Formats: sequence, C-alpha cells, structure tokens
Amino acid sequence: MLNKLYDWVDERLDITPIWRDIADHEVPEHVNPAHHFSAFVYCFGGLTFFITVIQILSGMFLTMYYVPDIENAWQSVYYLQNEVAFGEIVRGMHHWGASLVVVMIFLHTLRVFFTGSYKKPRELNWVVGVLLFGVILGLSFTGYLLPWDMKALFATKVGIEIAASVPLVGGMIKTLLAGDATILGAQTLTRFFAIHVFFLPAALLGLLAAHFIMIRRQGISGPL
Amino acid sequence: MHRGKGMKFVGDSRVPGMEHRKPNIPKDYSEYPGKTEAFWPNFLLKEWMIGAVFLIGYLLLTIAHPSPLEGQADPTDTAYIPLPDWYFLFLYQLLKYEFASGPFNIVGAIIIPGLAFGALALAPFLDRGPERRPSKRPLPTGFMLLAIASIIFLTWESVANHDWEAAEAQGQITEEVEIDTTDPGYEIYAGSACISCHGDNLEGAVGPTLVGTGLTPEEIAEIAVNGIEEGGAMIMPPSWDGTEEDLQVMAEFISGLEAE
Repeated sequence: MLNKLYDWVDERLDITPIWRDIADHEVPEHVNPAHHFSAFVYCFGGLTFFITVIQILSGMFLTMYYVPDIENAWQSVYYLQNEVAFGEIVRGMHHWGASLVVVMIFLHTLRVFFTGSYKKPRELNWVVGVLLFGVILGLSFTGYLLPWDMKALFATKVGIEIAASVPLVGGMIKTLLAGDATILGAQTLTRFFAIHVFFLPAALLGLLAAHFIMIRRQGISGPL
Repeated sequence: MHRGKGMKFVGDSRVPGMEHRKPNIPKDYSEYPGKTEAFWPNFLLKEWMIGAVFLIGYLLLTIAHPSPLEGQADPTDTAYIPLPDWYFLFLYQLLKYEFASGPFNIVGAIIIPGLAFGALALAPFLDRGPERRPSKRPLPTGFMLLAIASIIFLTWESVANHDWEAAEAQGQITEEVEIDTTDPGYEIYAGSACISCHGDNLEGAVGPTLVGTGLTPEEIAEIAVNGIEEGGAMIMPPSWDGTEEDLQVMAEFISGLEAE
C-alpha cells in the first residue's frame, strides 16, 4: 500500500534522488561510537540539534497558553505550570532544554575546536556555527524575560544595561530591545516575545540549514 | 525529439521518464576504508538509541526538578538582587571586579567578551597551519584551555558569593487571598495592634504575612500574648491587650487563613 503510494508520487515527481542524496552518505569509523567509544564526542552536535527540535516543539505548545502582556504573562505561566494537564512537563522541557542546549552547543564547539576541524576547507561552517552559538545565547536571554517573574525582570534590566554600555550605539540598542529609552515594561515584553518567537528562530533555522548543507557537501572531517 | 540535455520527458513535465531514473537502492560502502557504514538506516538507528537514552534522562530531570517560577515582576522593588541564568553567571561575575567595573565597566562588559567571542569566530583565520592535533598547535589549545578555566572559575566565584537563601526568599510568590473583612475575627484584628505590622490584608509589612502560617489557634494566641524571642532579642513584641474571648476568635480566624 505504502509502496504503491510512493511509486505513484515518484512516477510523477521523481522524489527518490531528493531523499537518497540526504540518506546515502557514509559514516566513517572514527566518528562511530559503536566502534570507538571515545567517538561519543561526535554526538554533541546531533544532540544539540535534537534538543533544538524539542525546544521548537515545546515552545509551540507553550504559546498555546502564554500571553505576552504584563498583566497576564505571569498569570498564564502560573496557570500553565499548575493547572494545565502536563503543562509542568512541557514548560519543564523548555526550561531545562534551554540549559541543555547551551551545554551541548558548548561541548560541540569544544569538540570541533580541539579536533582542529574548523581548518581549511571548513572555515565557513565554523563561522556559521559561532553565529548559531550567538543566536542560541540570544534565545536564552530573551526567553528568560518571558515568564515575567522577579528574576526575569531584574536579570533583563542588568542585561539591557550591559547592552546600553556599548560605545556609540549603546543607547540605540537599548531602545531597540526595550522599546523605550528609559522604561523596561510592556513594550519590552512584547519585543522580547517577538524576538524570541519569530526573529531569532528564523535566523536559527536559516543558519542551521546552511550548517547542514555545508557538512553534507564537505563530509565530516577525517581522523586526527 | 530531444529537449534539454537529451532527457526524455513525460508529457509536459520536466520530470524525466522512468528509464532515466536513479535506482532506489543504497550505495555500496564496501570500498570505503575501515568500518565505514551507511548513515541510512544503519547509523541513524544507533543515533536514535542514543537519543532515546538522552531523552529519558532529560525527562527525569524535568520531573525531578519542576521549573522555577518566582513572584510576578514588580519593578518598584528596589531591594531585589538580580541574578542571570547560570550560563551567564561568569559574565556577570566579571563585572564585579575592580578592573572591569565602575569607570572600567566597558572593559568587562564589552572589550573582554567581545575579544573572546571575536577570536572564537575568527579561529580558522587566526590558526591557519595545517596541524590539527591539539598538542601540535599549543597557542590555540592554550588560549582555549585558559578560556575554559576562566569560565569555570568565574562561575564558581559567582555561585560561592551569592546569597542563595536570600535569593530564594526574595523571589517567593506571595499568596494573595480574599480576606473576609466582615468576619468578627478580622474586626478584632483590625482593632488590635497586630494590624500595624501585619498589614490590612494580613499580607505582611514590618512583620511577616499571617496567611497560611500553618499554626494552630493555641499557638497563634500564645505568640500574640508573649511575642517571639529569637537569639535574645524580641523579634515580635508581646502585643495582645484585649480579652481572652476576643483573642480566641481572632486566633481561630488567622489560623483558618489558607493560601490558595
């Protein structure tokens, strides 16, 4: 049944090369933990992606309840945490996933660094990877404000003050992030929500696509 | 008729005819060196096993430690000591040192993190030699080890110097309950000295909140009459000067206040 369906689509659209190009690639012995246990360090990148997918999925479910407004943001998170069925689990996964993804991307960066895998011809992929690290940190920073509790507000205050101390453009960055030159309030929350849910994920997906296209094009770096 | 690069087309579609198709069979990996295997499906299945084990640990963490939520943001609270999430603690700690704060704030806030992140992004252009082994390129390895050591040290210092008990207390969600102000217990409370320290809604002011104390009426009456002594100082003075009957009614009222 499934085969017939596949053949029907394939006859018209020739989809076989599309997925075979992704599926058919070799996994060399030196990156395979099944052959050398120490090769588990090569799993960190995949695990980073795995948690990123979990973050996207759990985040999608969180927005079904979350309200980005200073009156209701905290209330909606409180409701989500205490009343919604499995809300505590979904929010927990998003909360702990935020920490785990930082840990994993850090370990992945160290693996690539200490195996010298960023060297020619993989310089561009390294630069994209560092940008991804920056985007992940940006997502962590903006997401921290959204529950609108005490630590969220005051940590963001400190963060925005640091951004404001950049020479020349500091004030503009502050206004861009906070929505006002002095007040950290309703505007800030909606801006952080928009950055966290639309702008940075869009950048993240674009950079991830570039990261994966490059790794498929070049293949993984050889053994040391 | 041949159009394009000699391919046969089906009808008016650009998709080539079946006889020109790529066969739907895996590549042969026997020519590859060592124990190379196919990504699909051999290696992907193993990756899923690692992913499943990881996911179980992750879910256990989620269940064992529910994510924290402090009280609703109150911008007027000037006494709150801010703290970023743990992975930004090292940057936060850096700003506490003399050479990186006050007039030198720009050093700690912009220059040091900017140099570190910039050097990380430009690593392939700074370290251009062909050597890949860490031992064969001492400078990059040394700088990275130094950076990791600094991050660990600064995070450690930040955690060690933070007053975690105060942080937990300042973030607690204060319970708001509807106080029945027509209750005879409340009327006695409002007429006594208690209200001046514990607030109109028993929410606490100088003294702590009286909502959800978990004390019995006898214990509350005892405290109202005798106060609380701690470490040789009266942290709550003896305050009750009314009748025994009123005390009883008020103590029962306060004891019955449960946090929602």
